[in-house]
Amino acid sequence: MSKITSLTDAIHEYVHDGDSVALEGFTHLIPYAAGHEIMRQGRRDLALVRMTPDLIYDQMIGMGCARKLTFSWGGNPGVGSLHRFRDAVEKRWPHPLEIDERSHASMAAAYTAGAAGLPMGILRGFVGSDLPKYNPNIRFVECPFTGEKLAATPAINPDVSIIHAQKADRKGNVLLWGIVGVQKEAVLSAKRCIVTVEEIVDTLNAPPNACVLPSWVVDAVCEVPGGAFPSYSDGYYDRDNAVYIEWDSISKDRDAFSEWMKFHVMETNNFEEFRERLES
Amino acid sequence: MKEATPTEMMTIVAARRLKNRATCFVGIGIPSMASNLARLTHAPEIVLIYESGTVGAKPTILPLSIGDGELAETADAVVSTPEIFAYWLQGGRVDIGFLGAAQVDRFANLNSTVIGDYASPKVRLPGAGGAPEIAALAKETLVIIKHSSRSLVDRVDFITSAGYLDGGDARQKAGLRGGPSAVITDLGVLVPEEGANELVVEQLHPGVSRERIQEATGWELRFSDTVSETEEPTDSELSVLRNLIARTESARAR
Repeated sequence: MSKITSLTDAIHEYVHDGDSVALEGFTHLIPYAAGHEIMRQGRRDLALVRMTPDLIYDQMIGMGCARKLTFSWGGNPGVGSLHRFRDAVEKRWPHPLEIDERSHASMAAAYTAGAAGLPMGILRGFVGSDLPKYNPNIRFVECPFTGEKLAATPAINPDVSIIHAQKADRKGNVLLWGIVGVQKEAVLSAKRCIVTVEEIVDTLNAPPNACVLPSWVVDAVCEVPGGAFPSYSDGYYDRDNAVYIEWDSISKDRDAFSEWMKFHVMETNNFEEFRERLES
Repeated sequence: MKEATPTEMMTIVAARRLKNRATCFVGIGIPSMASNLARLTHAPEIVLIYESGTVGAKPTILPLSIGDGELAETADAVVSTPEIFAYWLQGGRVDIGFLGAAQVDRFANLNSTVIGDYASPKVRLPGAGGAPEIAALAKETLVIIKHSSRSLVDRVDFITSAGYLDGGDARQKAGLRGGPSAVITDLGVLVPEEGANELVVEQLHPGVSRERIQEATGWELRFSDTVSETEEPTDSELSVLRNLIARTESARAR
């Protein structure tokens, strides 16, 4: 079967209720279109994983898709709070959200361990911090060689990882560049993996050492131009900072949020229609 | 030139502390503004590292997010997230970590996690991000925060990133090196007193009295024997900063 498929089919086939799901992309290349499609298809009970939940997880949490969130920084970058995330933690709306809170360095180590087939990531971290008191997923181990105390955190191995990249070729080999965050590790640590891309081309023309994910580690490749909007895609479009700023007032109020989501996401058929409604 | 606002004052004072050629791991917001001001004034060869993986970024406008394209386009190298934390920060290549927080306490511990109880917080803040490891692994940490009795508190509600913990040699005993060298606010500069590692006032900005800074602080402040008044911002510092902000605003409006 060809790896190249529609986003609707890919989400239908590979994302199930109750799955642990990681949508990665560090400010750049955030897979918004895929997140929207998960909400449209009404997935529930997801254990969401993402270093920086960003607007997309704020939306998914507010729409009631998530039972758990593993994260390291839950704000609206440069703007302030993620109000839906806050409402879920502070007031349990729309329902309680279990949190597994770590730091960037430890999430990175946990994904790396997951990709490398190790049970845990190790780092110098969390000494003196209160986080280990509240999160049993942060513990300390002794180095058997030097006796040093090091922090350990269990590997992350999502049921499904989803990333957005710039290009794929017709066989489904994927190329991404710019700020690549933890995407390669997210893909290689996952049981299943979906990649949305700006465009599908005949040849990638990737230089040696470029960040290429061979088609055989990817389950589905979906062409979704603009699929990272309102984050950005280096070489294609810039981050739409205005959307991030406007999100602050839209998301503050439960009703305003629900209305906005209904009109822009739930009542549209795909990302293209979402963009049209947003711009109308 | 129009007098400096409190935020401009704080930014300029922070920028002055950054030496040329220092390697600086920078958070978004005022830390980023101050480090770029330093780069555009007295420290043209300062190396700015952002946690998005951009090493040696030289942005012409200030980024809104930590991973704006502007940072990647102007960087010497763009590396992955595991690499930026493992090789560059943990590997010991960072001289100064430059952080903000919601709360800082008398021993310079930082809170960016919750106000109130962790399990049912009054305010859920964004969380740690890269801060705990930056505060633990940089050779020195600078903290920048707006002064108020809610932000400068006796004890933080939650230690996200370690300062001097309970004071004295608690940080060293825990196995950490470095530590906060200054807390820069819009009213003055506080530094850890040698030995006790309690924050004491070292500098007051022009027009700020001892009473005023005490009123805005959640513990009984002590003043260093050599407390001084901060030098007024120069016209050049102010104009470079204002141009940077104007450039940023006009680019964002487009």
